[in-house]
Amino acid sequence: MLTAILVLTVLALLFGLLLGYASVRYKVEGDPIVDQIDAILPQTQCGQCGYPGCRPYAEAIAKGEAEINRCPPGGETVIVQLADLLGREPIPLDAERGEAKDTPTVVEIDENLCIGCTLCIQACPVDAILGAPKQMHTILKAECTGCNLCIPPCPVDCIRIVPVEEDISTWRWPEPKIDLEQPVDVAEETA
Amino acid sequence: MTDYLLILVSTILVNNFVLVKFLGLCPFMGVSRKLETATGMGLATTFVLTLSAVCSYLVDEYLLAPLGLEYLRTIAFILVIAVVVQFTEMVVHKTSPLLYQVLGIFLPLITTNCAVLGVALLNVQTEHGFVESALYGFGAAVGFSLVLVLFAAIRERVNVADVPEPFRGPSIALITAGLMSIAFMGFAGLVKG
Amino acid sequence: MRRRLWHFHGGLHLEGHKDLSMHEPVAAAPLPARIVLPLAQHIGAPAEPEVKVGEKVRKGQRIARATEYVSAPIHASTSGTVVAIEEQPVPHPSGLSAPCIVIEADGQDEWIERQPVADYENLDPSALRNVIREAGIVGLGGAGFPSFIKLNPGPDKVVDLLILNGAECEPYITCDAMLMQEHPRRIIDGLLIMRHALRAKRCIIAIEDNKKVAHTVLVNALQEHEAEFIEIVQVPTVYPTGGEKQLIKVLTGKEVPSNGLPIDIGMVCHNVATAAAVHDAIAEGTPLIERIVTVTGEALDRPRNLTVRIGTPFSLLLEAGQWRETDTDEVLMGGPMMGFAVPDLDVPVVKTTNCLLARPRSQPHRQPAMPCIRCGQCARVCPAQLLPQQLYWYAHARNFDRIQDYHLFDCIECGCCAYVCPSHIPLVQYYRFAKTEIWAQERQKQKADRARQRHEWHLERLERRKREEEERRRRKKELLKKSKAAGGDAAKKAEIEAALARVKAKKASRQAARANTENLTDAQKQAIAAVEARRQRLQKGGDSGDSQ
Repeated sequence: MLTAILVLTVLALLFGLLLGYASVRYKVEGDPIVDQIDAILPQTQCGQCGYPGCRPYAEAIAKGEAEINRCPPGGETVIVQLADLLGREPIPLDAERGEAKDTPTVVEIDENLCIGCTLCIQACPVDAILGAPKQMHTILKAECTGCNLCIPPCPVDCIRIVPVEEDISTWRWPEPKIDLEQPVDVAEETA
Repeated sequence: MTDYLLILVSTILVNNFVLVKFLGLCPFMGVSRKLETATGMGLATTFVLTLSAVCSYLVDEYLLAPLGLEYLRTIAFILVIAVVVQFTEMVVHKTSPLLYQVLGIFLPLITTNCAVLGVALLNVQTEHGFVESALYGFGAAVGFSLVLVLFAAIRERVNVADVPEPFRGPSIALITAGLMSIAFMGFAGLVKG
Repeated sequence: MRRRLWHFHGGLHLEGHKDLSMHEPVAAAPLPARIVLPLAQHIGAPAEPEVKVGEKVRKGQRIARATEYVSAPIHASTSGTVVAIEEQPVPHPSGLSAPCIVIEADGQDEWIERQPVADYENLDPSALRNVIREAGIVGLGGAGFPSFIKLNPGPDKVVDLLILNGAECEPYITCDAMLMQEHPRRIIDGLLIMRHALRAKRCIIAIEDNKKVAHTVLVNALQEHEAEFIEIVQVPTVYPTGGEKQLIKVLTGKEVPSNGLPIDIGMVCHNVATAAAVHDAIAEGTPLIERIVTVTGEALDRPRNLTVRIGTPFSLLLEAGQWRETDTDEVLMGGPMMGFAVPDLDVPVVKTTNCLLARPRSQPHRQPAMPCIRCGQCARVCPAQLLPQQLYWYAHARNFDRIQDYHLFDCIECGCCAYVCPSHIPLVQYYRFAKTEIWAQERQKQKADRARQRHEWHLERLERRKREEEERRRRKKELLKKSKAAGGDAAKKAEIEAALARVKAKKASRQAARANTENLTDAQKQAIAAVEARRQRLQKGGDSGDSQ
C-alpha cells in the first residue's frame, strides 16, 4: 500500500517537473491568432460590433469575450470565414448589431449645404474626407469604407449614403440558380 | 524483422484501431471536417501515441512490475498519457498557433482517446518488448491517421454534394464510416492475429 | 512531307455550320450614320480621349491615346464630328455602359494623311512595335490583347516558333477563313513583319482541315523563298484547336505551363487577322478601323461576312444579313460555344467582335438542368485537363478556396464540358461566377488592407497631435515660469509684441497675395498705387495699431 502511494507520488512529481520545464521552454508570446482574425474582418472601423474598431473586436474574439457574429458589414461571409478559422460552427448574424448591407455603400457630401465645419473629418476613422476649416469638404470615395460615422456629427445634415457604382471591371457573373426540386417533364421540353 | 513488419501491417490495416477495433471514434468524427485539420490531428496523435506507448511500457516494466503494483496500471498509464498530451499541446501551441486554435478542445481530448489507453494496455496484455511496444504504438497511430485523412477527404466531397435532407450532416458521415469499416474487413486474414 | 502532329486532351467534334456564311465573298457593310467607339476595346487600361465634343475628325485619326503600357489607342473609323464623350451601352454580357466617343459621320469618309513605313526590315524592332502600337492593333481572335506586347519577346527570351492561328474552330464563325481565301498576301506579309519584330526562327500558319480552299489559296500565295521558313500546316478539325495552348500542343507536342505564357517555351501565337492588320499598318499606314465580321445563323436570310467599321451598331449588320427579327430570341456576339447574348442590339462593333449569331427559336438553345450524376464525361472532354465536375461542386457550394486547388483559372471557358453534360448543367456559368467572385473577394481584401492601414495612420495622427499639444503646453508653462522668475512683465510684453508682428506679417502677405496686378496696364497700376498711398496716410494719421 505504502509503496503504491510512494510510487505514484514520485511519478507525479517527476512528470510535474517535466511539464513545468516544458511550459517555460515553450512559452508563447503574444497572440498571432488576433492578426489572423483581424485579416478576415472588413476593416470598416464602424463600431457596430460594440468595439471601437476592428482590431479591438478581433482581440475580443481571440479572448473568447465576443461571439463571431457581431459584424454587419462583414455579413455572412465573414462569419463563415471566422468559423472556419476557429473551428467553430457558423451562427447567424446578431440582429441587434445591425443589418448586413446587400449592396456596398459609400457617402457623398452635398456641396451646396456644406459649411466647412470639419466635424465629419474628425469623425472619419480612415481619414477619407478631404477638407479644412471653412473650405469645401469632399469624400474620397475610393477610401470610404461605408461606416457612416460621419453622418451624425454633420450639423447641416449634408451627407447622404449612395450605393457604390458598378462598372464593367467590377461586374460579377450572377450565381446560376437551378431549381433542382422541380421535376422536369423532359418530353414536354424537347417537343 | 518480419515480426516488426507484421505488427505494423496488423495495426495499420488488418486490425485498424478505428475501423476494426472501434477505438478513438471521438476525434475521428470530430476532427474530420477539413483535410488540413485532419492531417494536423493525425500528426499530433502519432506523436502522443508513440511516446505514451513507450513511456507506459517503461513505467510498467521498470516500476510497476518489479514492485508488484500491476493493479495501478490504469492510473499510471492515464497519468503518463495526460502528461504527454499536455506536453504536445504546449509544443503545438508554440509551433503552430493556428493548428492549436483549430484543433481546439480535441487536442487535450487525446487524453481520453480510448485508442491511446488501449494501445498501452494491449501492449502489456500481449507482453510486447520495448521495440514491439514502440512499433505497436506507432503503427496504431499511422492507422488512425490514415483512416482520419481518408475520412476527411471523403467528408469534404460529401458535404458539397446533393445529400438528401434527412441524411445531411452527421448521419451521412456515420454511414460513410460504416462503409469504410466494411471495406477494411477486406484485410482480414492478411495477417494471423 | 507530312509534319507530325499531336493531340490535345479531350475536345469535341462539332457540326461546323461554316458553309452557311461562305456563299458570298466578303462585302463592305453599309456605313452607319453614327459611330460609337468604346474607350476600352482591349485588355488593359482604357484609352484616354484626346478630342473634344464638337471637334471635326478624319478617318484614321487618333482620337484616344493609350494610357499605360498595356493599353491601346482608338482611331476614328470614319470622318465626322465628335458629338459626345459619354457612357453608352457596349457589347458586354452585363449589359452595362462604358465611356465611349460618339461621332456623327459626315458621309465624306475622308482619310487623314497616312504614313506607311518604307523599309521595315531596316527599322529597329522596337520602333516597328511602336508603329504597330500606334495603329491600335489588338488581338483580333477575340481576346483583344495589345499586339505590340506579344511582339516583344523581352531581352532574354528567344522565339523558336511564330504561329499564325487560322484554325477558327468555333462553329458558324468564318471571318478568318474568308480573310485567308481573299487576302492571303496580306496575311503572309504581316507574318513576315511579325517575324522580323520577334526575330523568330520558324513560322507556321495553322488551318483546320475543313478549310480546304483557304489552305490551297495560302499555299499558292506563298513564295518559294518564304517556304523555307514558313510552313502551312493543316490541323484536324476538333473544337477547340483554336485555343492558343491547344494549338501549340497539336503543332509541337509541348504544353504551355499552367499560369504561364507561350513565350515561356519559346513560342508566340497571333491570329491571322491580326497579321493582316499589322501589314496594313506598316505598308499603308492604316490604323485598325475595320474588321471582317461574320453575320450568320439560320434566322438570317442572307448570312455572310462583312467588312465592318469599328463602331457600327449591331442592328445595321443584322439588317444587312436580312434578319428575321420575330424568329429570334437572342443574338450572340461570338460563336455558339463561347459567345454571349447581347441585350441591346444597338451596341457597336468593337475590335474583338468576330461574329454575330442569330439562331431561330426552333433550335433548342437551353434545356432545363438536372442533378449531376457524376458521370465524368466533362473531365473526358476538357481540353485543359481539368476536373469540371469538382469545379462545379465547389462552385455550387461557394467554396472558393478548394476550387482554386483544382486550377479554376486555367479554365478557358470553351464550353466543351457543358456541351456534353447529360444533365444539361450550365457548367461554364458556374466557373465564370466563381472567377468573378474570387476577383471581387481579392478586391475587397485589398480595400480592407488599405482601410486598416489608413486607420492605423489615423490613430497615429491623433496620437501625434496629442503629443504635440502636450509638448506645446509644457513649453509654455516653462516659459511662463522662466518669465515669472526673470521679471515677468518684460517677457510677456515681448510675447505680445512678437504675436502682433506675426499678425501684421500675415496680413501683409495675404494682401500681397490678393494684389493680383499682373494683367493691369501701367496707368491702372499707378492709380492703385495712389489709392494705397492715401490709405496708408490715413491709417498712420488715425489710431496707432488699429486693425481694419
